Amino acid sequence: MSSKITRRSLLKSGVAGSIAALLLRPKPGKAHQIKTYQNSMGVLVDLTRCVGCRSCEAACNAEQNMPEPAKPFTDQSVFDEGVHGQKRRTDENSLTVVNRYDVPGLDHPLFRKVQCNHCQEPACLTSCFVAAYTKTPEGAVIYNQDVCVGCRTCMIACPFYIPTFRYSSAFDPSIVKCIFCYDTRLKHGNPPACVEACPQEALTFGKRRDLIKVGRRRIEENKGRYEDHIYGEFEAGGTSWMYLSSVPFDKVGFDTSISHVPIIDHVKNFLGIVPMVLTIWPALFTGFHLLATRKERRAKDKIRKGQEVGE
Amino acid sequence: MKQYASQNENLPVSGSTKKDGTRWDLKERLLLGLSFAQYRQQFQRNPVNWLLLLIFIVGVPLLFQRYIFGIASVTHGSNDYPWGLILGFGLFGMVPLSASGFLLGTTVSLFGREDFHPIERLALLNGLLGYFFAVVYLEVDLGMPWRLPYPMVVSYGTGAVLFLVAWHVATYLSVQIAEVLPALFEWLDKPGWKYYIKRITLGLTVSGIILSTLHQGALGALFTYAPTKIHPLWISTDFQWIHFLCSAVFAGLSMVIVSSTLINKYMHWRCGRAFRENLDKMTLGMAKGASYAMFTYLVIKLVAVAHGRDWEYLLTGWGLYYLLEIGVGVVLPMMMFAKGARDGWVGLVRVAAFITVIGIIWNRLNTSLVCFNWQMYQEIPRWKEVWLTVTLYALYFITYRFIVYRLPIVYDWKESAGKESV
Repeated sequence: MSSKITRRSLLKSGVAGSIAALLLRPKPGKAHQIKTYQNSMGVLVDLTRCVGCRSCEAACNAEQNMPEPAKPFTDQSVFDEGVHGQKRRTDENSLTVVNRYDVPGLDHPLFRKVQCNHCQEPACLTSCFVAAYTKTPEGAVIYNQDVCVGCRTCMIACPFYIPTFRYSSAFDPSIVKCIFCYDTRLKHGNPPACVEACPQEALTFGKRRDLIKVGRRRIEENKGRYEDHIYGEFEAGGTSWMYLSSVPFDKVGFDTSISHVPIIDHVKNFLGIVPMVLTIWPALFTGFHLLATRKERRAKDKIRKGQEVGE
Repeated sequence: MKQYASQNENLPVSGSTKKDGTRWDLKERLLLGLSFAQYRQQFQRNPVNWLLLLIFIVGVPLLFQRYIFGIASVTHGSNDYPWGLILGFGLFGMVPLSASGFLLGTTVSLFGREDFHPIERLALLNGLLGYFFAVVYLEVDLGMPWRLPYPMVVSYGTGAVLFLVAWHVATYLSVQIAEVLPALFEWLDKPGWKYYIKRITLGLTVSGIILSTLHQGALGALFTYAPTKIHPLWISTDFQWIHFLCSAVFAGLSMVIVSSTLINKYMHWRCGRAFRENLDKMTLGMAKGASYAMFTYLVIKLVAVAHGRDWEYLLTGWGLYYLLEIGVGVVLPMMMFAKGARDGWVGLVRVAAFITVIGIIWNRLNTSLVCFNWQMYQEIPRWKEVWLTVTLYALYFITYRFIVYRLPIVYDWKESAGKESV
């Protein structure tokens, strides 16, 4: 270090450091408060009512101006089409898909519709470094293509494997995901296209907090018919789209290992150390430097003193 | 080069002037003091160049294909595996291997260990290029590469781990450029410019430590966004960032050992006296440091298994694979480092460093690809993606060699030697 450390400079940097430490103090640890919107809308999906007609897929395709698929939406053979031994998933041309599950011991198959669950504290939103995602007060998680860099961290972070990427385009790539028909419907208080198209009333649109009551009531009133759990009430911090099922949820493709805290809570261990490293490291390592090089500096001091005496 | 150096007493270029007092001009410096014909000859004689050429003949068109027809034309474009080999190797593998810059910078400039001075610049350069090429890999993999500066100037997602990575890597790249600039200044005959850098060396070094701690850790923390997707043995939401930071320490040291070994063997003509004479001693010193870091790493890995109560997984196939990775990638080289450092076996240390480098890349690929979506299916990259990854690495190799051939990285510039250098 070229400049000498005087008492004044030491005090100055000490004071500056303390102020910085005060300002940047990490938040005290407490239970996570999930951001909720009182009037957030949601959809309750009842697996016992779905017959796998794929009307919702067709409605979504039309509403979002997606290209027409190779097979018509009435074709049931697509249920056997999963690649890599997986069920079908959302991709750049389909924001929602229905899958069939043949559950052992059940005389009929079950169908499960997949789309964005519109989390209360979405992992895609909290992992995005350009803030391309927004959670609207109506409950939709929407995406702004104009700032997206295409890093695809949201796809890593989403525990439900929902966001997809338009890999096929070099000049106009984009994240593609269900936006709860926000622009065309939800904003005006209308249910999304898929809900409106459902002939079985398997999809119920309403305020999220009301839907939880509806779900509870259905479980109560039909003793034994449903699993005593609303998938999405707590998963990943709670989602706007929730599910009722007659069989254990892992039998119909749900990931039951997703914990009840938002994904961001798993990252907070790291985020908490950032301010500490920023404030403590400079002082710590400058101190190490002074300690490690004290002999040399003492030698220099001696020489200087010697010169002064000589004069 | 050996041949030319024995014929021409002026070679290799290691100062501003020739023996007769005339200056080397820029063109001569770029051609290593050879005539154009000689330069071409030595270029053709080297079989490595032909291999590189072969890589580029296939790789460069692939690069064009990616930028014209989209990422899906060279990779699987998987929605289940958003980060493939390009990032798994190029970002998550290259960055820990580039921790060398901050490690040796700290050792020399902060702790005053001048005995490591002859290798400091190589470590800094190794760091700079590793980071730079991590960004190059990123530019190939990003959906909208033209928007790379967006998190800095257009839209801020301040709460995201990647935001931290972006800012820290960008800042750290500038810090590293500043740290390597003195070598360029000497080569350009502007030693006076070094003065400004020298004044802020300590500041640069300390910022290097801060930024490295945070973004090496942050790369690990990126995976804590996917706690349900990665096999529990490879993800620990509490300790992931320490795992990545700690393993970067021995990764960076091993990479410098590997790089200096190659340079000393295949570019011996370029190595200065201080570098040649101290290399074995410095290598053993770094081996000692690496073995300590590896031991620490093993302890934290063990703590993570205990903390996550993942013991039962160790008895499954995944567990055996995990133990294999730890055993071959960490325990084995750790013992080799320790033995080599104690008994002065430099050869053993060099082999261990090579194993460690492979082990780190293996670990990062396991985390980002092999054990990602462990309950789904295995993503096997397309040959085009593999070739593209190799092509970018070849580009890295050429840049690395180009600089080490010319700038005073492993030798002292005649005019600056002896004076207190940065």
